[in-house]
Amino acid sequence: MDFYLTALLQGLCLSAIALGVYLSMKIFNIPDITTDGSYTLGGVVTATMLTHQQSLWLTIPAVLVIGGIAGAVTGLIHTKLKINALLAGILVMTALYSVNLKILGRSNVPLLNTASIFNWLNITADPNQNSLVILLIVVILLVAVIGYLLKTDFGIAMRATGDSEQMIRAMGVNTDRMKITGLALANGLTALSGFMMTQFQGFADINMGIGIVITGLGSVIIAETLINWLRITSVVWSLILVVGGAIVFQMVLAVTLSIGVDANLLKLVTAVFVLLIVSLPRLSFRRQHD
Amino acid sequence: MIKISEVYKTYNEGQVSEVKALNGINLNIAEGDYTVIVGSNGSGKSTLLNIIAGSVLPTSGTIMLDNENITKLPDHQRSKWLARVFQNPLSGTASGLSIIDNFRLAAIRTQPKGLKIGISDHFAQQVKDKIATLGLGLEDKINQQMGTLSGGQRQALTLLMSVMDSCKVILLDEPTAALDPRSANIVMQTADKIVKEFNLTAILITHNLKDAYTYGNRLIQMGEGQLMRDLNTAEKEKLQQNQLFEWFS
Ligand SMILES: Nc1ncnc2c1ncn2[C@@H]1O[C@H](COP(=O)(O)OP(=O)(O)OP(=O)(O)O)[C@@H](O)[C@H]1O
Ligand SMILES: [Mg+2]
Repeated sequence: MDFYLTALLQGLCLSAIALGVYLSMKIFNIPDITTDGSYTLGGVVTATMLTHQQSLWLTIPAVLVIGGIAGAVTGLIHTKLKINALLAGILVMTALYSVNLKILGRSNVPLLNTASIFNWLNITADPNQNSLVILLIVVILLVAVIGYLLKTDFGIAMRATGDSEQMIRAMGVNTDRMKITGLALANGLTALSGFMMTQFQGFADINMGIGIVITGLGSVIIAETLINWLRITSVVWSLILVVGGAIVFQMVLAVTLSIGVDANLLKLVTAVFVLLIVSLPRLSFRRQHD
Repeated sequence: MIKISEVYKTYNEGQVSEVKALNGINLNIAEGDYTVIVGSNGSGKSTLLNIIAGSVLPTSGTIMLDNENITKLPDHQRSKWLARVFQNPLSGTASGLSIIDNFRLAAIRTQPKGLKIGISDHFAQQVKDKIATLGLGLEDKINQQMGTLSGGQRQALTLLMSVMDSCKVILLDEPTAALDPRSANIVMQTADKIVKEFNLTAILITHNLKDAYTYGNRLIQMGEGQLMRDLNTAEKEKLQQNQLFEWFS
């Protein structure tokens, strides 16, 4: 049972990535893979600040801002130099590897006796349950803030930017600036996942971000399948389902491991799983309409 | 109102695919004028309209609006004066957003899009009342996604959206090209109504010579990137419909 609780907690840690990927991919319609780099960036900034006795309340804004800058750089390359978004993301992700290594100083830094968001509140004696409560608070806060943002005038303009660029420019919106802001927001969220995960697992590792974009993508696709299936139009419900997608994703991986699949094959399993959820709706669709 | 001087536009300059789309356009459009532009395919009509809107920048020449030089201003900054209806009904509205979200953006076209929730019950009622004037029965569907509507319905809504916020100039590039005759009629009449009601300066591109004959108080024919004919109000009134048809034979 603990096994699944851990998966649930990991899913909640990673839901900020899922929300970030939802913003970049679904709201802005930009395939952004800066994610791998900005997730690690969030982790290494967290580890470095916490091991240097910085307060948690300084670390959180620092992580958000630095992740945001990484996203903004991808956005600038994409919009101002007119470089394909995927390529812009790969460039920044690659560059971030060196940046992350420089910040961290070595490839792995453990967090021993440092401040932790998971010690912020002590509600129950069981540390896992305590973590669950704290993660739920964080995730509810995120969903509430993003849900509010998407309903504001700015948020409507964000959604329209990914929908019809011609229209939203005619409505007086600088779409370049909007996309840069959007990618900054998405990567700020991704870095926040790095912040949570680093404290959850108790260390930051230079390779912690490898393939993490697939986790975000998979979570969003699970959510999207549910959104279409349940015909959901409410913004907040969509966000809740994205969080749900992140949890389901981790659960599936946990099950895979529990049935004895070699942990070295985990990335392969992840990729195949994402391929399955992407292709299943199409396969069944084709059968209906042929 | 709009003053276009010596405007040239060459696409893909210096390449084999070079196209001289506009060849020295001089055009003065007075405030409140409803100008109709006709001309064969590729004569540069859309290019001219895009240059006024700012989505295409001229190779040379100047564009003045209200005595302000706007030649270099990007399209999203010109939207404080200009509203547009595109040939493609999908371009003027955002499909994935609800009707009311689309109208909210239109209502703040000339203003910053801030971090407050602008859609209130009062706003929704205002939008419903506006949409009801179309008589298409769309006023009860304001929470429906724009993408679920037909091209004609979307085009009519785009017209209404253009006058949700202050607007001086409306640019209509073949707004009825994709529509059936009945929807086309509704759209043309709605356009005529809002142009008069809000005293807009309007430019309409059309291939429908009957519309060109019926609407507007100035008629321009373009050919090969130049103005070939330019009829003022009196001349347009004298023009017979069959004379207009002869321009194209
Ligand atoms: N983005 C572009 N790049 C290259 N050439 C272009 C571009 N846009 C238009 N052209 C060319 O410029 C010329 C004028 O095109 P434009 O679209 O202004 O014509 P039009 O009068 O609107 O025609 P239609 O009645 O078919 O809409 C055409 O030869 C066209 O091929
Ligand atoms: Mg055209």
